[in-house]
Amino acid sequence: MFATVAIGRGVRHLARLTRHGGSALPGKVVERIDPGFLARTLAQLPYGVVLVSGTNGKTTTTRMVASMLSDLGLRVFTNPTGSNFTRGVVSALLTEVSLTGKLDADIAVLELDEAYAVHFVKQVRPKYSLLLNVMRDQLDRFGEIDNTARLLSHVAEATTGTVVLNREDPRIAALASKVPRGTSVRYFGLAKALKRFFPTDDEMNAAFEGDGKTADATTPSAGTATGADDTGAGTGAGTGADEHCADVTLVEVRDHAATFLMDGRNHDTDVKLEGVYNLYNAAAALSLVRAVAADVPETKMRGDADALIKAVSDVTPAFGRGEVIDVNGSPVELLLVKNPMGFRLSLASFAPQGCDTMIAINDEYADGRDMSWLWDVDFTSLRETGVAMVSGVRAWDMALRLGYEEVPVGTVDTDFDQAVTSFVTANPGKPKHMYCTYTAMLKARAVLGRITEVSDAGVGR
Amino acid sequence: MSKRIDIVSLYPKDMNIYGDTGNVLTITRRLGLYGYEPCVHFVNQGDAWPEQVDMILGGGGQDTGQKKIIDDLFERADLLRGLVEDGMPMLMICGLYQLFGEYFETVDGTRLDGIGAIGAYTVGGDVRRIGNLVEHSEDFDDIIGYENHSGQTFLREGVEPLGKVGEGLGNNGEDGTEGARVHNMIGTYMHGSLLPKNPAISDFLIRTAVERRYGSFDLSAQTDEQRAELSQLDEYCAKAREVAVSRPR
Repeated sequence: MFATVAIGRGVRHLARLTRHGGSALPGKVVERIDPGFLARTLAQLPYGVVLVSGTNGKTTTTRMVASMLSDLGLRVFTNPTGSNFTRGVVSALLTEVSLTGKLDADIAVLELDEAYAVHFVKQVRPKYSLLLNVMRDQLDRFGEIDNTARLLSHVAEATTGTVVLNREDPRIAALASKVPRGTSVRYFGLAKALKRFFPTDDEMNAAFEGDGKTADATTPSAGTATGADDTGAGTGAGTGADEHCADVTLVEVRDHAATFLMDGRNHDTDVKLEGVYNLYNAAAALSLVRAVAADVPETKMRGDADALIKAVSDVTPAFGRGEVIDVNGSPVELLLVKNPMGFRLSLASFAPQGCDTMIAINDEYADGRDMSWLWDVDFTSLRETGVAMVSGVRAWDMALRLGYEEVPVGTVDTDFDQAVTSFVTANPGKPKHMYCTYTAMLKARAVLGRITEVSDAGVGR
Repeated sequence: MSKRIDIVSLYPKDMNIYGDTGNVLTITRRLGLYGYEPCVHFVNQGDAWPEQVDMILGGGGQDTGQKKIIDDLFERADLLRGLVEDGMPMLMICGLYQLFGEYFETVDGTRLDGIGAIGAYTVGGDVRRIGNLVEHSEDFDDIIGYENHSGQTFLREGVEPLGKVGEGLGNNGEDGTEGARVHNMIGTYMHGSLLPKNPAISDFLIRTAVERRYGSFDLSAQTDEQRAELSQLDEYCAKAREVAVSRPR
């Protein structure tokens, strides 16, 4: 063990000296010389491992679970943003363990990409898993969404304590049948009135019902219900979701405030999080934390409703998930977009009126090479205000998309630094929304960092 | 009174993936900008076939989607084969491209029959061909898109491909073909979405549909404003194509 940790740290040190930068390199070396390191190290944790996976909201939700558990008294190990693969977890562990391999934590909360989650559970069986949703995302990497659901079913099968499932996503709710005997299931859910904000992947297509007249009338615009949850139409994989009683239900959303239903009682709370989807992630996190609290003695962790709600209200937004940076008096909201549903939810959550909008689309590996996803996003909500600036490697693809949607486009500039600078400095005082793909977000933060103070969100700049 | 063109969007609920709706939007918007009045009929399983149809657009789907529509597709097989023979302009992407062929044989040997509108068959493969793709065609310039499929499609002798591609790409990775062309129907693995970035194909489908219905394609109803808007879109498109061909697979 001593040798493993020492060598791993040596590699990390070298990687930093040589500005190799890849956080995964030490993990790679350790995986080779000591394949048992991950399982052995995590096995020391008295309350086990929490695994968070799904298409949208992994990072935010992992951060929420970790923040809440530590607020409630546990010492939490978690993997930093962007290292959501097995090797990244090993690398993160190397920085935390003592030279004798001792991990000073009560519980681990790990975010894992769907495909890596399968590798992970072969080595380490999580005590808890939280499965969020399956959406069209980076299909070029995983194939098809039914396949993605199959990947997550391996996680459900491997979980020893409690599996927490999204009641409103039929592919996720159906995973209850994969949970082994002795492992319990909890659901988080939405009140009926809020379901319209969260069409499932199937319901995105359910708008194409019957004999519509023009293409215009059929594009589901942001914020309008598909009606599918009332009529039962369109949810092909319907599992009769409402039959399951949710452990935590998001009941109402107001400006920086929300109501959660737990044990038959409504709990109102202020929140620092933005956007209805982040609050639904909070419901997911609450349910997972309640499952942990049920297993951990009260002397070790507070698990009462008041403490839980307080912990939710203290959670701050993660990198690119409604993070606001002040640039010379203009609040600039950074919004990470990586798939059609995420983009749709962001557009629905942040009204464009009174704001300048910029969209930056890159197509590096981490963003997804395939641009067809842009055609699955409904941009009609931007018609009124238009988009002031379009940038990124694929700026012209985005401009073409907006043009076909009849959204006015101001400037298209593939020079990213110039685009960001001119966008944020125009119209001082006017709030700005910047929708960026992953690598565009990293670059945007770097450019903004030269203009103003940008906090390090654990991902580097 | 502008002239109407009726478009069927085939199985938009279950065969609609990777931005296939972008193809429908491109056709309707361009038709409108040429001074015609587009009318889209969404035809899912069990829906009545519209009285007037000038063009059919179909998309890709997952295995589950293909299973859901297959019975209905067979009910309409004679109709669809007849329309292909008759020269109806059609675009079938990915999943429906495969099902318009003779059959699909999965890796374990199960055979799923297609409707045989295209002389082609598909066998399941272990390799998924995924990535940016540029194919060459005399009729449509370079066709730019993104392929993502594991099925290997083989064209029968005499069946024209949509375009030519390099080694390891396209229909089957072996013979340098991509897609198929039967009269005015185009089958292809290209997403992108295909039509927004390939106006030559969009305009071929539009022109053919208009000529079949009204005898000739005329722009008499097009306003200056519409012309300007179209040229704006085409300018965006030209630049998007330029970037797309320079990107890694």
